[in-house]
Amino acid sequence: MAQHQDHHEVDAHTGVSTTGHEWDGIRELNTPLPRWWLGIFYATIVWSVGYWVVYPAWPLITTTTQGVIGYASRNDIARDLALLQQQRASQAAGLTASLEQIKADPSLFRIAMAQGKAVFGDNCAACHGVGGGGAKGYPNLNDDEWLWGGSLGEIHQTLQHGIRVAGDAETRISQMPAFGKDGVLKPAEIRVVANHVRALAGLPTERGVDLAKGPELFATNCAACHGDAGKGNKELGAPNLTDAISLYGMDMASLTETLTNSRAGVMPAWGQRLDPTTVKALTLYVHSLGGGQ
Amino acid sequence: MALQETELGDLPLFAATKKVYPQSVSGRYRRAKWLILGLCLGVYYLLPFLRWDRGPNLPNQAVLADLANARFYFFFIEIWPQEVYYFTGLLIMAAFVLFMMNAVAGRVWCGYLCPQTVWTDLFLTVERFFEGDRRERIKLDEGPWTAGKVWRKTAKHFVWLMIAWWTGGAWVLYFADAPTLVRDLATLQAPFTAYAFIAILTFTTYALAGIMREQVCNYMCPWPRIQAALTDDDALNVTYRYDRGDPRVSVKQAERLRKEGHPAGDCVDCRQCVAVCPTGIDIRDGAQLDCIQCGLCIDACDNVMEKISRPKGLIAYDTDDNVKRRIAGEKPVYNPLRLRTMIYAALILVVGGAMVFQLATRRTIEMSVLHDRSPLFVRLSDGSIRNAYTIRILNKRPDERPVALTVHGLPGVRIEAVGVAATADLRPVVSVAPDSSREVRVLVTLPPDIHPEKTQTITFTAADLFAGERVTATDHFIAP
Repeated sequence: MAQHQDHHEVDAHTGVSTTGHEWDGIRELNTPLPRWWLGIFYATIVWSVGYWVVYPAWPLITTTTQGVIGYASRNDIARDLALLQQQRASQAAGLTASLEQIKADPSLFRIAMAQGKAVFGDNCAACHGVGGGGAKGYPNLNDDEWLWGGSLGEIHQTLQHGIRVAGDAETRISQMPAFGKDGVLKPAEIRVVANHVRALAGLPTERGVDLAKGPELFATNCAACHGDAGKGNKELGAPNLTDAISLYGMDMASLTETLTNSRAGVMPAWGQRLDPTTVKALTLYVHSLGGGQ
Repeated sequence: MALQETELGDLPLFAATKKVYPQSVSGRYRRAKWLILGLCLGVYYLLPFLRWDRGPNLPNQAVLADLANARFYFFFIEIWPQEVYYFTGLLIMAAFVLFMMNAVAGRVWCGYLCPQTVWTDLFLTVERFFEGDRRERIKLDEGPWTAGKVWRKTAKHFVWLMIAWWTGGAWVLYFADAPTLVRDLATLQAPFTAYAFIAILTFTTYALAGIMREQVCNYMCPWPRIQAALTDDDALNVTYRYDRGDPRVSVKQAERLRKEGHPAGDCVDCRQCVAVCPTGIDIRDGAQLDCIQCGLCIDACDNVMEKISRPKGLIAYDTDDNVKRRIAGEKPVYNPLRLRTMIYAALILVVGGAMVFQLATRRTIEMSVLHDRSPLFVRLSDGSIRNAYTIRILNKRPDERPVALTVHGLPGVRIEAVGVAATADLRPVVSVAPDSSREVRVLVTLPPDIHPEKTQTITFTAADLFAGERVTATDHFIAP
């Protein structure tokens, strides 16, 4: 316990006076601090007054004192952002080259990848997932199957004009009939077609369903778009029904729903929202995810 | 303990510093200090100009901290930022060496090697050159401001500033190509940071070595405090042997006392040990915080003992315990090889050995693999399963290297790298630029007829296509 005493004493052993502070019988010798130390201490206090004058310091009711040089950290950020915009603009200038040229130039490709990734996260990830992994009804952009084609040009066209966008003349458009809702096929026939499609994909079919009418129903109603063998047609966005990938599911319930009410997914025309170089960067990024052809 | 009470008020909490006027001295320890001073300063000022050929793509400066490119070069060693653990190792070694020095012979670092000591010594030499030795300096400072005094003081401060300026100048040379930077500095084309750092170091060198001197050790440095915890009874320290020295009497009185059969000490109270002390203390008061143990008082005392024909070593590297042993009529004990010093030595060897081993087995090609977070796997149209990875390959050699990627761990597995051509046997070959790294997106595909576990470990191998050096890294392959 510290004991403060009003008087000071001299320690007989060392001959040095004490500060009068005592902790558990240990007395503190008075070793004076050097005067320059005290000087520096006062100097720092004076220095702080300079800060008040130069920089924003004292809080006022609605604002603070501004300081004579008008410094604000917010201005630093604004300047940094402006610099960044400028750098990006100069980099984007390189992206006016053709898609193939950008892909062949490592430095341009790197810029496109960085920009594409950021833009993908902002605009595409909401439906297609962060890595473009997709979900039911939203295509997986990593796989090797494309509804509308997976070349750079085809991806660019899809991104630029979107899918089933009203008012865009060049948009990707096709319409699968709602066979059940429109009364083209009866529920029993839809069941046969669904089972036939499963058979095309090599999946097991339901027992007790007579598949004999399947080929005929398929040829009449589906083959025009999906092809005689069900291999699909990218011109029409008609998916390949025989491979291991499906957008809406190959189980009976999903197939029945698809055949009864049709499917018509929509993607915005990004050309209306993003500038041309950004769409290019996005094209290259999507192409690089793993499925690009 | 009896305490005397005094009046309040004769206790200043702050006191003006008493200027120390160390006298010049010659002797064994002074010679050792000159030698170390020359060596340390020579290395510091000249090392940046030493060249070391590393080939066409790398700088040819022997010691260079290339901050812009994040590389550190030390002769044949090149260190990347992720290898700063070498510095950690060096710092650990430095700590153990300091501990060991302390256990063997006290504050060897403080007295001989510390930059503060070396530069203060250099600045004191300049001061002596212009203002003379101790007595002349005291007289000069007390005397009036004559033309001679102004000239001496001005010349001294000018030379101090020049040395300080060159000290700062040498420092920045470690961070850029020295000859180029010297030319740029001279033609005022060097970057602002170079001038700023020279200015800062000029100021600190001038202030610390010229003006602050022993104040730095006494008030600013933590080492004297740590020292107290590191010393022990066997550690040699600069010690006044009061068993021999006391009672202190004059030469004549000592002769008379000895004739009469009375005890007389060898210390003649000439205060030479105090006069030469760079921190202005009296070593005869025993071990103390302010003592940097430079050994100059030993030289001063030995010179006096020689003159009065008494044995040298009244002040010497010794221990307090030995003084007590001699008083008790026992033999002094010197024990540099004891458990503590041997443990320190062993630790230094272990850390040093580990670093040498690490350096000798350092790879010039490295690889890190990161599995895609989303999606974890992709099913392809033919039913095969694909995982995607981001692989970064580091090439620590000064030449461009083709690095072939392969993968093992699953039957029939295929590897491709986006935008990278493959060899005839389907190994993607990533060309990595000299002394840099490259990131590639890698796709690993498992054929459809194989049904793997949900998670399986696979091994990637990156191999220099020509030199054969290879590294491996493992990651998971994830299936539905």
